[in-house]
Amino acid sequence: MSDTGAVDLDKRRFLTNSTAVVGGIGAAAAAVPFLASWKPSARAEAAGAPVEVDLSKLQPGERVTIEWRGKPVWILRRTPETLSALNQDDAKVADPESAEPMQPEYAQNQHRSINPEFLVLVGLCTHLGCVPVYQPEVTADWNGGFYCPCHGSRFDLAGRVYKSVPAPLNLEVPPYHFVADNRVLIGVDGGAA
Amino acid sequence: MAIVPNPHGTTGLLGWIDDRFPLTKIWRDHVSEYYAPKNFNFWYFFGSLAMLVLANQLITGIFLTMHYKPSALEAFGSVEYIMRDVPWGWLIRYMHSTGASAFFVVVYLHMFRGLLYGSYRKPRELVWIFGMMIFLALMAEAFMGYVLPWGNMSYWGAQVIISLFGAIPGIGPDLVQWIRGDYLISDATLNRFFALHVIAVPLVLVGLVVAHLMALHEVGSNNPDGVDIKKNKDENGIPKDGIPFHPYYTVKDIMGVVGFAILFCSVLFFAPEMGGYFLEKPNFTPANPLVTPPHIAPVWYFTPFYSVLRAITYPLFGIDAKFWGVIGMGASVVIIAFLPWLDRSPVKSIRYKGPIFKAALAIFVVAFVVLGYMGFEPATPVNTRIAQVASVIYFAFFLLMPWYTKIDKTKPVPERVTMDH
Repeated sequence: MSDTGAVDLDKRRFLTNSTAVVGGIGAAAAAVPFLASWKPSARAEAAGAPVEVDLSKLQPGERVTIEWRGKPVWILRRTPETLSALNQDDAKVADPESAEPMQPEYAQNQHRSINPEFLVLVGLCTHLGCVPVYQPEVTADWNGGFYCPCHGSRFDLAGRVYKSVPAPLNLEVPPYHFVADNRVLIGVDGGAA
Repeated sequence: MAIVPNPHGTTGLLGWIDDRFPLTKIWRDHVSEYYAPKNFNFWYFFGSLAMLVLANQLITGIFLTMHYKPSALEAFGSVEYIMRDVPWGWLIRYMHSTGASAFFVVVYLHMFRGLLYGSYRKPRELVWIFGMMIFLALMAEAFMGYVLPWGNMSYWGAQVIISLFGAIPGIGPDLVQWIRGDYLISDATLNRFFALHVIAVPLVLVGLVVAHLMALHEVGSNNPDGVDIKKNKDENGIPKDGIPFHPYYTVKDIMGVVGFAILFCSVLFFAPEMGGYFLEKPNFTPANPLVTPPHIAPVWYFTPFYSVLRAITYPLFGIDAKFWGVIGMGASVVIIAFLPWLDRSPVKSIRYKGPIFKAALAIFVVAFVVLGYMGFEPATPVNTRIAQVASVIYFAFFLLMPWYTKIDKTKPVPERVTMDH
């Protein structure tokens, strides 16, 4: 109150509003820790961290299995013969061009990979989650691929599911990118890829 | 220090309380001197039944938390433990799971009553909006509750529903991760859903129910004639067509409770799973992130809205169909809240509305049931087309309402409420 006894309403309104604004900002700031507590914990981040794999020792036709987020991930180095055989498989598989969203956009192609030479797949059958077996041996009607021992689903060497098998979808391609020519990081998309 | 004696003239213990707390005032305002229209019919049971089911869910829920363990390793086992080893645990658990479905049965009928008699019309817009907020909270509560048993349908249902948020352009993937608290549905997700299901949402729900009732008691109840009973009051200011809620409607509602209890207990004791509709079959196997159930369908009370989600299969403005599906599903719920402003009919009740509204309501009910059925079925091209037609009808019912309620030929509304007998 001023000396004259009159109430300065403008001043009072200014003080009330500025107190409300500052208090509101404080309340909003106090909400940040609570909202942030919902983000993946350090333990979850450690368990789900991307996995880097060195491909330099991988021979053509050879496959390695690594674990990422509790799932088996296969990296297969394909030969030129294998890749050309994919053309013959086109007619036998259910989704030759990967129309179903079982892969990142950069793997939505016939060979289902960034670099045609290296195939990266989650090694779990899309039927009931069994682990299919790698069968590279070529026979008269089999250009090599993966065979699921549980219910007989078959996939070609791009992880594309054959027609008329129990599995409905192609094998999943996880997000990945090449950090160097021979080093692949499983679990994150490449920035520009 | 003398206190001002209470105006009710109560004495003894009640008088002592009334001098300090408005106990008699609350009782009179909301029960013994709350004047409700005398012509309530069958459809007016469902409000009190909804409160009964809410009480059932709160009480059985509290007892379930005494045995349930909200951890991915122990949740499924602890539910089986409740079912097999806890004395009467099976009863408490089935009361809770059957109660969830009963809640939606009762609430859907309660909302349909509003549609029939125009209970959302001025001055009851806020009653309706609070009711819609209750419905939203109830859906969140039911969804998170379904995740807790950590069966395989819990897991994959959560997967499907949470991934819906991923369709939001830009922030989607981060939002999904934030909700899950992990890179996949996991222990972190289960644990926070438990907290929300047993504390946060029930608190909101109870608060909203209080707001719903306060708004209702402020403006007074509507009735099957849609006549405002406050226009005709006697010399004491009591509506001539009003009767005190207690004892008249407390007794009537107890009749409703008896009828409801017979049906509820029949399901509870003889068909608690309701053939897979109340408790889905894949939920009797533990959650398995590696194995998807062959067919993922939501529980019956979500299927109409789930059908709308799946019916939208066209991209628009360069954004995925999935995103528009989510928008469509959200809109199909939210649009109901706008009924007070969509209905432009000069009358409230269907008794005096014209043939167009009656036909529109009948077609809407059929579309809603068809959507509900389609939500269970696999999305074949034919089913998708049927769901699309039903979705268009669903939205047309609301969006065309300002037009067809205006041109409809209504009947004159009586001055006072009518009684059949």
